[in-house]
Amino acid sequence: MTSAPTTLPPDAKAGGRAGRAPAGGPRPGRVRRPGRLRRTALPYLLLLPALLLELLIHLVPMVMGIVMSFRQLTQFFIRDWSRAPWTGFDNYRLAVDVNRPVGEALLGSFLTTCLFTLLSVGLCWLLGTAAAVFMQETFRGRGFLRALFLVPYALPVYAAVITWAFMFQRDNGMVNHLLHDQLGLGGAEHTFWLLGDNSFWALLTVSVWKGWPFAFLIVMAALQNVPRDLYEAAALDGAGIWQQIRRITLPSVGAVNQVLILVLFLWTFNDFNTPFVLFGKSAPEAADLISIHIYQSSFVTWNFGTGSAMSVLLLLFLLLVTAGYLFFTTRGRKDADAR
Amino acid sequence: MPARARSPLDPPLSFRVIRTIFLTLLSGFVLLPVYVMVTSSLKPLKDVAGQFRWIPSGLTIRPYIDIWHTVPLAKYFVNSLIVAGTATVCSVVIAIFAAYAVSRYRFRGKRLFTVTVLSTQMFPGILFLLPLFLIFVNIGNSTGVALYGSRGGLILTYLTFSLPFSIWMLIGYFDSVPRDLDEAATVDGCGPLGALFRVVIPAAVPGIVAVAVYAFMTAWGEVLFASVMTNDATRTLAVGLQGYSTQNDVYWNQIMAASLVVSIPVVAGFLLLQKYLVAGLTAGAVK
Repeated sequence: MTSAPTTLPPDAKAGGRAGRAPAGGPRPGRVRRPGRLRRTALPYLLLLPALLLELLIHLVPMVMGIVMSFRQLTQFFIRDWSRAPWTGFDNYRLAVDVNRPVGEALLGSFLTTCLFTLLSVGLCWLLGTAAAVFMQETFRGRGFLRALFLVPYALPVYAAVITWAFMFQRDNGMVNHLLHDQLGLGGAEHTFWLLGDNSFWALLTVSVWKGWPFAFLIVMAALQNVPRDLYEAAALDGAGIWQQIRRITLPSVGAVNQVLILVLFLWTFNDFNTPFVLFGKSAPEAADLISIHIYQSSFVTWNFGTGSAMSVLLLLFLLLVTAGYLFFTTRGRKDADAR
Repeated sequence: MPARARSPLDPPLSFRVIRTIFLTLLSGFVLLPVYVMVTSSLKPLKDVAGQFRWIPSGLTIRPYIDIWHTVPLAKYFVNSLIVAGTATVCSVVIAIFAAYAVSRYRFRGKRLFTVTVLSTQMFPGILFLLPLFLIFVNIGNSTGVALYGSRGGLILTYLTFSLPFSIWMLIGYFDSVPRDLDEAATVDGCGPLGALFRVVIPAAVPGIVAVAVYAFMTAWGEVLFASVMTNDATRTLAVGLQGYSTQNDVYWNQIMAASLVVSIPVVAGFLLLQKYLVAGLTAGAVK
């Protein structure tokens, strides 16, 4: 983008637009005035609805959330939250003090979320990419499989996750029936999947099941842009299919991967729906993801000030990671944002 | 199968074997919950309460009749339809205008706008849930406009969820529509909005459909705000489905039947439109 573009008439093309009013004639400078004003205002008018809504639903609440994190906001002040006492950084101190129960639980939940996100994003990416690569060539049943693989993505979260919750039931669930009764794994005692340490794996399974088709969709879309000739040329040069995948297919989705992994990371880290439907308002400690943890600190124990402080810390963390990630991934790419 | 000449592009046997194994396992993983959902929805209650069986002992459509009485599912369904439908339409229209402005005009603050809108994508929903709840309550108290507990509040909230992604994708899509086309239209006497409606939108239909599908699915599947921002009258399916578990019984067969019923519209719509979604992603997101 060039400097100070708006002080000049947008560009030569815009002149053509303005010239439509009178039929031909030398450029009528003064007559164009109102038209140009409308033109400069037009983009802003077009943006206005989006801007207002983003302000109302995202930015104002975010600023409010930051203000609230400095107050002692309990249920007594919900009616008029501006009267809640100002407590400075107390909520933050409480949230990060790992020697006290609140901070210790938050740290535990944060570490759980990090591990969970790492595994979930990794597996989603791996399954999605593998499926997209394997399905690049046409074969019988490919169209059907492609539709089938998108089903987890299309199913509403609550319907899909509630089905998994049923499958993970201890006594009447499919998972225990398959593992214990039919395959004889893990002894005769049925496992608790939605309580205790195993809940982490149950949550991970559901998250990967739900998330990998998105990676599949994106990688598949990216692969459609790779020209066929490249493969043909490589094949004529004697490159086998595995070499073609390694040298052509995977590098050509590199740029897409950067966005894909970032989006998967943000979605998984912030995911509330999956654990909420799977476990309810309070998740077992092993699967206590941070969004559920904050929800519980705010809406179940009614301590909104601390909950807000935790949310702000979470946002700072996400900002930091995203900025760092973008810095390292786009450093080598020139004009990545030239738009 | 008759042997045909192998072209150098045909994958070797080892590739095809590994592909078959991988895709079979993956299909199994994907289908497992679908199978459980469908079969369990056709089982009598004593069957789903006892040990799991792959093959139902007796089929019944009773759960499909009972789901409408155990909870007011029809009401929740209508609520979800109104909320998700309105949010989708508004979100798509607003995104089209915003994306058109970004794609076709240079103006001060353009970069700030795109960065701001995109960064709202990363906000944890939990961060603005409570403030938004309070804003809605306060607006209600001071102006009498009921946003909290109303469908309107939920619609407003949901349409902003899909907005950033929709704008982002449509910018890419509009960029891929040659400028010459809408310039030709303006020369022929269209205003800038005329060019948008007559040229750019028709050329970007796959992208718009993709964005609409995404917006609808986002709104149809949201749980967090639905559970905080609704009351008995405006409850959506996301919350309503919890009504099948009572203190004594969990009606798993009805839960599965209801899950299937609420999934069918989105899954069917999605599968019908998926080629647009892939095309939309190809042109929009993947550049």
